[in-house]
Amino acid sequence: MLNKYPLWKYLLILLVLALGVIYAVPNLYPDDPALQISTQRATTVVDEAALDKAKKALSDAHINLKKAELTSAGGTLRFNNGEDQLAAKPVVSAALGDGYVTALNLVPTTPHWLASIGAGPAKLGLDLRGGVHFLLQVDMPAALKQKLEIASSEMKADLRKELIRYRSVSINDGVLSIRFLQKADQTTAQSLLKDKFDQYVYTEREANGSYYIDATYTEAARKAIESYAIQQNLTTLRNRVNELGVAEPLVQRQGSNRIVVELPGVQDTAAAKRIIGATANLEFHLEAGLDAKGSDVETLAFRNGSGRTARLDRDIIVTGDNVSDASSSFDQNGNAQVNISLDSAGGKKMARVTRAAVGRNMAVVFIEHKSRNIFVEKDGKKVPVRKSYSTKSIISLATIQTTLGNSFRITGLDSPRESSELALLLRAGALAAPIYFVEERTIGPSLGAENIHLGIVSAEIGLLVVMLFMFAYYRLFGLFANVSLALNVVLLLACMSILGATLTLPGIAGIVLTMGMAVDANVLIFSRIKEELATGMPSHQAIHSGFNRAFTTIIDANITTLLVAIILFAVGTGSVKGFAVTLSLGILTSMFTAIVVTRAQVNLVYGGRANKKLYI
Amino acid sequence: MKVTKIPFMAMRKVVALFSITLILISIASLATKGIKFGLDFTGGTLIEVSYQQAPKLDEVRGLLDKGGYSDVVVQNFGSPTDIVVRMANKYTPELGGEVLTTLEDGGRVAVSLKRSEFVGAQVGQELREQGGLGMLLALLIVMIYVAIRFQFKFSVASVVALVHDVTITLGFFSLFGYEFDLTVLAAILALIGYSLNDTIVVCDRIRENFRILRDIKPYDLINLSINQTLGRTIITSLTTLFSLVVLFFYGGESIHNFSLALLFGIIIGTYSSIFVAANLLLTMNVTREDLIPTPKEKLEDEMP
Repeated sequence: MLNKYPLWKYLLILLVLALGVIYAVPNLYPDDPALQISTQRATTVVDEAALDKAKKALSDAHINLKKAELTSAGGTLRFNNGEDQLAAKPVVSAALGDGYVTALNLVPTTPHWLASIGAGPAKLGLDLRGGVHFLLQVDMPAALKQKLEIASSEMKADLRKELIRYRSVSINDGVLSIRFLQKADQTTAQSLLKDKFDQYVYTEREANGSYYIDATYTEAARKAIESYAIQQNLTTLRNRVNELGVAEPLVQRQGSNRIVVELPGVQDTAAAKRIIGATANLEFHLEAGLDAKGSDVETLAFRNGSGRTARLDRDIIVTGDNVSDASSSFDQNGNAQVNISLDSAGGKKMARVTRAAVGRNMAVVFIEHKSRNIFVEKDGKKVPVRKSYSTKSIISLATIQTTLGNSFRITGLDSPRESSELALLLRAGALAAPIYFVEERTIGPSLGAENIHLGIVSAEIGLLVVMLFMFAYYRLFGLFANVSLALNVVLLLACMSILGATLTLPGIAGIVLTMGMAVDANVLIFSRIKEELATGMPSHQAIHSGFNRAFTTIIDANITTLLVAIILFAVGTGSVKGFAVTLSLGILTSMFTAIVVTRAQVNLVYGGRANKKLYI
Repeated sequence: MKVTKIPFMAMRKVVALFSITLILISIASLATKGIKFGLDFTGGTLIEVSYQQAPKLDEVRGLLDKGGYSDVVVQNFGSPTDIVVRMANKYTPELGGEVLTTLEDGGRVAVSLKRSEFVGAQVGQELREQGGLGMLLALLIVMIYVAIRFQFKFSVASVVALVHDVTITLGFFSLFGYEFDLTVLAAILALIGYSLNDTIVVCDRIRENFRILRDIKPYDLINLSINQTLGRTIITSLTTLFSLVVLFFYGGESIHNFSLALLFGIIIGTYSSIFVAANLLLTMNVTREDLIPTPKEKLEDEMP
């Protein structure tokens, strides 16, 4: 028979469609606004007791709770609406206290049996659920400079040890220059450095009667430093984001030196930016003795702005990198303080230095790496050039009463906020290289909700208009096309949910656009059938040859569109990528529905019967 | 359905003149006025806020001026109660909050932040380069695919038709000063896909007719092919236009220009797939031999 599918083909189509429906259905269940409770430390766990505490606080504050549950990730408190959720956050975090992190989240309400087969709603992009998107650039020149600074002190120490006399060491544009007065010193220094520091390329140079050795990183060493810097920053940013308490954050590398951070549902963007972008670190120094050499001393101001300064040894005892844990609290006078625990290496160093320095003063120095744009004249135009700099200030200067070990506390911070943020930064680790924001997008929750609404309305109206038109023009065959079109939308949603693709507003626009384009395949087929009928072909032959002859055209036309969609995916970012995803998935699903599903319907209705008039 | 008998190819000179005029206007506008790039491509700061009652834009400007923000553009966005504030590249992480505080005017007005965006100048420039590159890459890949699936003349014709569509759509945006942001770039790339789809359908029919019809001149054959596919071209364009009109009116302000670019582009694309590509094929003297290689050539083709 011409227009009959074997039974297995119908069954296969039914199976695909059934799977499509099952995996698309979770999108119909609206997400619950929820609070996610988690802990950052191994010593605290989210248990029934913690949940009960939260529940009690909520009922005291007259906030309605929909449901509280324990999950593998911690606890989830579901609410009936967004207002309750927002009101509940401060209540719950106050009730649970330090050690717990509460985050705003949207939790799917997918029924159990669906969730158990891995079905869930499509992820919503930031433009639909609100949140912040940051693009951060890792300041590589600054990272290299920091490394060179460390190297320069090691080189100086070695030169001194070997009694090689140098005049000065300077670092400029990634070049470390050592100046000598004697040619002989330059020569011996070079062979020494080459031996001990093999990551550098050394060049000799003579200028104004002085002899120089210029050291720059080898290509391989530079690459290694850069990739370490970005990896380390990724880890640090992940830790910080986790400390912030954000549900489903994204921290991802983009290109060679950029990092994308996306925080859905974050309301207080200022705090998020402060913490993510913070480059603060701590250093512990001894106060310089009166007889200390000028070049070994640096004079720093106090942080509280009193104008007081102190002379400190340049040598660093330990830095914030050695901190294994930190928390903020108050001392007996109600002043903010940070309790610090050092890791074993840091503890040993601290003990060794302080044992020999009881009675001397130790300073805690706060360092921030910052950058600013300065404008430089270039080709007659003012172009911004980024200049990085660091600020150092003393938080506290206190007498060492006894040998210090692994844990101690520091005071002298301005406010509880400052102490808790410093504690957070010390816990999460310092950034290996300074970063700065090159892109930032904040979408308020109201705009997200509005975008969802607009997207759904236009999708519904679009679908309706296209369907009415198809029915009016092609009658029964129009109905076939409409069924296929509706199934196409279902399959598209199912694919997005299965692939975990993110739905954005341009993505919804892509769905609406594909609706218009998806009927194209059917239009091509139907036009062909009409043409064949016009030449007097019997209806069965007309259907058969209409489908067959339109097939290559459909393939050619769709493949080229698909190629373009893939390019769009490659060059696009964020929400545009979402558009490319729906467009390309839409092309694939529409080819299946328009060719196979429409054919199945036509065969079901016309197949096996004698030639009769087609309602087309 | 009756196949229409419109003498499209008889109009080819008029049509060519029309297309060339449109392209010249577009190029002139692009050269003199340029394109009004959006924040995505220029870099800068944008803040969208929502008021309870429609604010007077002059008052808002005054407030910002008093707050020390110079070089600020204030516009309504979508509705009278929503405004966007645009600033040149001057950015601190706290800027969004600061502007909001300024607009609240000491708590006199209730303002809520809907969105704030900052794009660094360097990122903007990169996006612009990447976008242009993407467009060229799309055209190149299309050209290769069509050359493989059809034949070189078809590939030139369809790519010229695409360049035609893209240029005129860009010209439209330039001439009327519509803002060109990332979503519009997406629309242009989608347009390349769509318009190509249309052109391929016509080319496909031309190829098929060359194979099955013998005693017919290319001129008449192309005319026939266009008429045969006309019904489909119009219906598909209509359904797509319907969806786009819906998006234009109901999709919200942020995809307004996206739908506009596609609406305009699809009208141009439909026109070009009827007139431009076929016209070019005729100009390049497309013949049956271009598509149906003689048996000897075919043998050679199959050699490893």
